[in-house]
Amino acid sequence: METPLIEFRGVTRRFNGKIVLDRADLKIYENQITTIIGKSGSGKSVLFKHIIGLLSPDEGVILFKGKPVNEMSKKEWDGCRVQISYMFQNNALFDSMTVFENIALPLRQTTNLKKKEIEKRVMSRLEQMELADVIHRYPSELSGGMQKRVALARALVTDPSIVLFDEPTTGQDPVRKNLILSMIAHYRKQFGFTAVLVSHDIPDVFFISDRILILWEGSIAFQETYEELSRLKHPMIDEFLESIEGLRDELTGLLSKKMFRSRYAMTLGGGSGEANSTALLFGIRLDILAGAIGMQAAIEVLKTLGEHVNKYFSPLGGFSSRRSRDNILTILPQVGVEEAEQLVYDFALGLEQKALPDIQELTMRKMGVEACFEIFVFAGITEGRFSDDIEQIIERAATKQKVIAIYQCGKEGSSK
Amino acid sequence: MEMESKMKESSFLPFFHPLGKGAINVINNLGAAAIFFALAFLNIFRPKQIQEIIQQVFYIGAKSSNIVMLIGLFTGMVLGLQLYHTLTKVGSEGFLGSVVALSIIRELGPVLTAIMITARAGSAMTAEIGILRISEQIDALYTMRVDPLRYLVSPRIAASIISFPLLTALFDLIGILGGYLTGVVLLGVNKGTYFYRIHAYVEMADIRGGFIKSLVFALLVSTICCYQGYFTHLRTDSYGSKSVSLSTTSAVVLSCVMVLIADYVVTSFLM
Repeated sequence: METPLIEFRGVTRRFNGKIVLDRADLKIYENQITTIIGKSGSGKSVLFKHIIGLLSPDEGVILFKGKPVNEMSKKEWDGCRVQISYMFQNNALFDSMTVFENIALPLRQTTNLKKKEIEKRVMSRLEQMELADVIHRYPSELSGGMQKRVALARALVTDPSIVLFDEPTTGQDPVRKNLILSMIAHYRKQFGFTAVLVSHDIPDVFFISDRILILWEGSIAFQETYEELSRLKHPMIDEFLESIEGLRDELTGLLSKKMFRSRYAMTLGGGSGEANSTALLFGIRLDILAGAIGMQAAIEVLKTLGEHVNKYFSPLGGFSSRRSRDNILTILPQVGVEEAEQLVYDFALGLEQKALPDIQELTMRKMGVEACFEIFVFAGITEGRFSDDIEQIIERAATKQKVIAIYQCGKEGSSK
Repeated sequence: MEMESKMKESSFLPFFHPLGKGAINVINNLGAAAIFFALAFLNIFRPKQIQEIIQQVFYIGAKSSNIVMLIGLFTGMVLGLQLYHTLTKVGSEGFLGSVVALSIIRELGPVLTAIMITARAGSAMTAEIGILRISEQIDALYTMRVDPLRYLVSPRIAASIISFPLLTALFDLIGILGGYLTGVVLLGVNKGTYFYRIHAYVEMADIRGGFIKSLVFALLVSTICCYQGYFTHLRTDSYGSKSVSLSTTSAVVLSCVMVLIADYVVTSFLM
């Protein structure tokens, strides 16, 4: 069995007699994205501070690669700490230093790198975070989103193997939230670090996470994969997820998974017999698109697709929800497959003629994307039966997905 | 009898309890401050400190020079004025130069310089470190493996050790010139006598004593001010920005009081 990178065994921590962590047991594995979710004030940041060593437990033990931290020599612990980077909830940027100085600080103070090498590394991070034109500004002169990116750049500049992100998306708009989460997922792939996140951005954070940990009343109530979490029927987990998941997906405005499930149960769940609805699975290839036009613009495309799906199918009695990062499932009750195909054709036509060309203008105006790019929109159509559960429908529709709309800048597209 | 002793005990307890608690608190703080100073002092000699120290010498030393000169000038002038009229009564106005110089070099120079730097740079040290603490920037330093004591406190203590004696020398010089202005230029004491008496009566031991005092004050002021800022989050009487303001006030008051107490103690050793 794989040894966890970080493990908590019965960690208890009290502040002025109040128990914040109560015999918490958790495991964080190497090269995974682990997300910790919990209500505000439930002790998530306290948990993080125990990992980095800013706080020590009153009871219990923390293990790093199987070795108890409290039994490590100072040198050994320093060897562990050098691998960890921490992005604070409030960014904790040095307000009397410029963006460049903030990011260069850990390199200047903890390494013997030459000035030119430090400059090269800092500039490379700044360019990756699209911050190259604000290097001489002070944090107070930047927007909240930019400050987050500066904090992220500072956390990554030392090439850490473990990065702790304490609510990295707080205070961001839905597009920027997705951008930051995508950035974390992307850099995790690129640099191969272990990411531990505290976040409330459901469902987006689930899409990038390998494991989910739920902190409930000071203890870890759940620590498994997202698939396990979806399957698990537990009143406490349901109550918890309901408390932080909204009715609608923030990014696309479509139904949240919870609302979709209940609409689905009302429409199809209780019946029996032949198909009486059609399921449509729309999608774009977010990562490929992001490679061409940048993640922020790619998320805008996804947002536009979601809005367009909602606008077109809701008046027809359809209801939709985002099922993964870049797939949207729509159920059309009382509509046959043939009729649905015609509807999708009309939908794709509208998408090509109006919505997608608007994206070009938007990305150019807002994000300065001048390169020519292509957008492929896919759709899979399948019948919905009374006995099907949502996952089965998605699986079936995914195998039938084909391109329905193409946008190429400067060219008129044609619906398939 | 038993009841009487119980009554006595219960009436004394409310008086002694806070007193004892306060005493333990003071001793705890003194111990913590001593360890804080020792660690920060040792870190002065770690690598990558020179640039930070130079920067702090600029903030604490160079930027305080104008105010120190101004205070020195007027202190010297008022001393010249007061002492001239006092010495005239005993027909010894010729001694004006030596009395002004000795008062400034041995006593007023180190003390007033320390108080002025406390007001100007000491309060800034506390406020700056306090804000770094409450906005988690000190925690951020720790997570980046930058020792906050080495990065924030040690350069300030080193810069104080360098700046205090230099500013004291500046104060002494300008103070003596201030005495010259009132004594010689305004009130007509002989110029040669003024400087001759200084030369005749001021000894190296007086100058050395003044510098020893300024060094002691530098250690006291920088340690107190940095300590108050560094542990501002542990205050039990307030939180957040309020705790920074209270820490700054405490740092200035405590530093001034400690400068005066230390002045007496050091003087009694030097005499």
